[in-house]
Amino acid sequence: MAALLRLDGVTKSFGRVTVAEKLTLSVEAGEALGIVGPNGAGKSSLFAMISGDLRPDGGAVWFGGREVTGAPPYARTRAGIGRTYQVPRPFEHLTVFENVLVCAHQGAGLRGGRAQAHAMDVLERTGLAALANTPGGRLTLLQRKRLEVARAVGTAPRLLLLDEVSGGLTEPEVAELVAVVRGLHADGLAVVWIEHVVHALVKTVGRMVCLAGGAVVADGEPMRVLADPKVRELYLGGGPETETTTGEEERP
Amino acid sequence: MTLSDFVTARAAGGPHVSRAARASRLSGLVMAAGAALLAALPFLVFSTVTDTLVNLFVLVALASMWNLLAGFGGLVSVGQQAYVGIGAYTVIALADLGVQPYLAVPLAALTCAVFAVPTSWLAFRLRGDYFAVGTWVIAEVYRLLVVRVDSLGGGSGKGLTGLSGLDQTLRGALTYWIALALALATIAGCYLLLRGRLGLSLMAVRDEETAAGSAGIDVGRAKRLVYLVSAAGCGAAGGVITVSSLSVNPDAIFSVQWSAYMIFIVVIGGIGFIEGPLIGALVFFTMQQFLADYGSWYLVVLGAVGIAVALWLPGGLWGLVRSRTGLSLFPVGYHVRRPDVRE
Repeated sequence: MAALLRLDGVTKSFGRVTVAEKLTLSVEAGEALGIVGPNGAGKSSLFAMISGDLRPDGGAVWFGGREVTGAPPYARTRAGIGRTYQVPRPFEHLTVFENVLVCAHQGAGLRGGRAQAHAMDVLERTGLAALANTPGGRLTLLQRKRLEVARAVGTAPRLLLLDEVSGGLTEPEVAELVAVVRGLHADGLAVVWIEHVVHALVKTVGRMVCLAGGAVVADGEPMRVLADPKVRELYLGGGPETETTTGEEERP
Repeated sequence: MTLSDFVTARAAGGPHVSRAARASRLSGLVMAAGAALLAALPFLVFSTVTDTLVNLFVLVALASMWNLLAGFGGLVSVGQQAYVGIGAYTVIALADLGVQPYLAVPLAALTCAVFAVPTSWLAFRLRGDYFAVGTWVIAEVYRLLVVRVDSLGGGSGKGLTGLSGLDQTLRGALTYWIALALALATIAGCYLLLRGRLGLSLMAVRDEETAAGSAGIDVGRAKRLVYLVSAAGCGAAGGVITVSSLSVNPDAIFSVQWSAYMIFIVVIGGIGFIEGPLIGALVFFTMQQFLADYGSWYLVVLGAVGIAVALWLPGGLWGLVRSRTGLSLFPVGYHVRRPDVRE
């Protein structure tokens, strides 16, 4: 079977900074892939090129058997790519329910009562149901991170892109979020997850890729990738954070 | 979708979710009564009052259209006078061709929507500040084109034909009613537009454009649609200005002052709320009436009020009311009703 997502020799640079150098990567349907790498490795740019927020200088992006290299973000969302943003971008004046409902309308193509039922279902799954009537702008960081996931799931994706959804959260909060993602993956959703909090990743993904300088340094079973000398060297000998501390601070 | 599917869907979503409404039934009644009273005014008061109110209705319509454009589409234009002018001149030109001027007003709206399509191709290539300046330049280009047409009176403008046969009182009342209809239509239009699926998309675009794209919203299409609607509304307003003043002057009708009024009204009333332009137009209109005798001091006070509101009341007057009371005259949101959902 053809891969769900395939990046074929994707290249992108901003002036002298290269964020993708002939990057080739595939994700199968239903797979869970973790992506690690030092800051500036090109992780978020990779997501932006998959979701359409950024256009590569060269190479091609394929999704579900179709080339989407030049397709705008909304078209990719409708095709089945749902993404979250590292720094949450809620629709601040819409309620949590409306935040997800608009995704059900526009991303999943649902209408009326079906869209509403779907939105409510997504809120249940992401633990936001009690906050359905709360404006997006009034949420705490954990709730905003959950809303990012809820909106992405609201578009009824086949592939879920998670960009550091654990960053800035406390340990119990990370555990809650990991449980949500594991549940979604268990239902057959393919997940690509960028994360600094590596122990959160290891619990969920079956495969891990380490990026540096816009290229794949290691690709394979998570513990092996983490044990790889090249990967350990990238993290200045200390290895990726496997302790309970969290990633970069990004509390709004 | 089969009927049974439809019923299940209704059952699944229907009972839990209602359109957000607090006191909206009561406010709906009050507004309907208010509209009926306004419609009856020509029978109740002197024509000086109704003639003045025409200006208020035009301001409400223009501000509502700018609010739709900037407050919901994120398109900060300072060039909507292009459509005020095109609308006004459309009425003049159609009247010359024998069309009844009052009937030419809706046609002016249509003409502006047609002009807005190619204009948007040009203007939408620009972003942010450049879009604002670009729209102004485009409006100037339209003015320069119009003054070159001799049959439209060139640089000195032209009078409106076709209304001279009407009795003055009747003409005043008809103009008043069409201006009232314009104001009500723009508010109702905004409400209906924002209440639908497209409206929710527009509000998402307003809040976070990048995330809106990832939500599956075709941001460009949504923006182009509000641009066309806004052009049509401003065109109808230009038409009403013409049937009210009975003549058109290119420098006045294509003046950037229209945009200044729209921005001022929307900013003090509350950008991104349907109620904002209503409140803002009332405040602006009242200030105009009381300060008109003070010459340039009038502009100084207007400017000071605008700056004060922008600094201390970013949501405008309606934003203040809403945050204090949660009141919404035009509920466009959704409200989930379930025991476990917090209010």
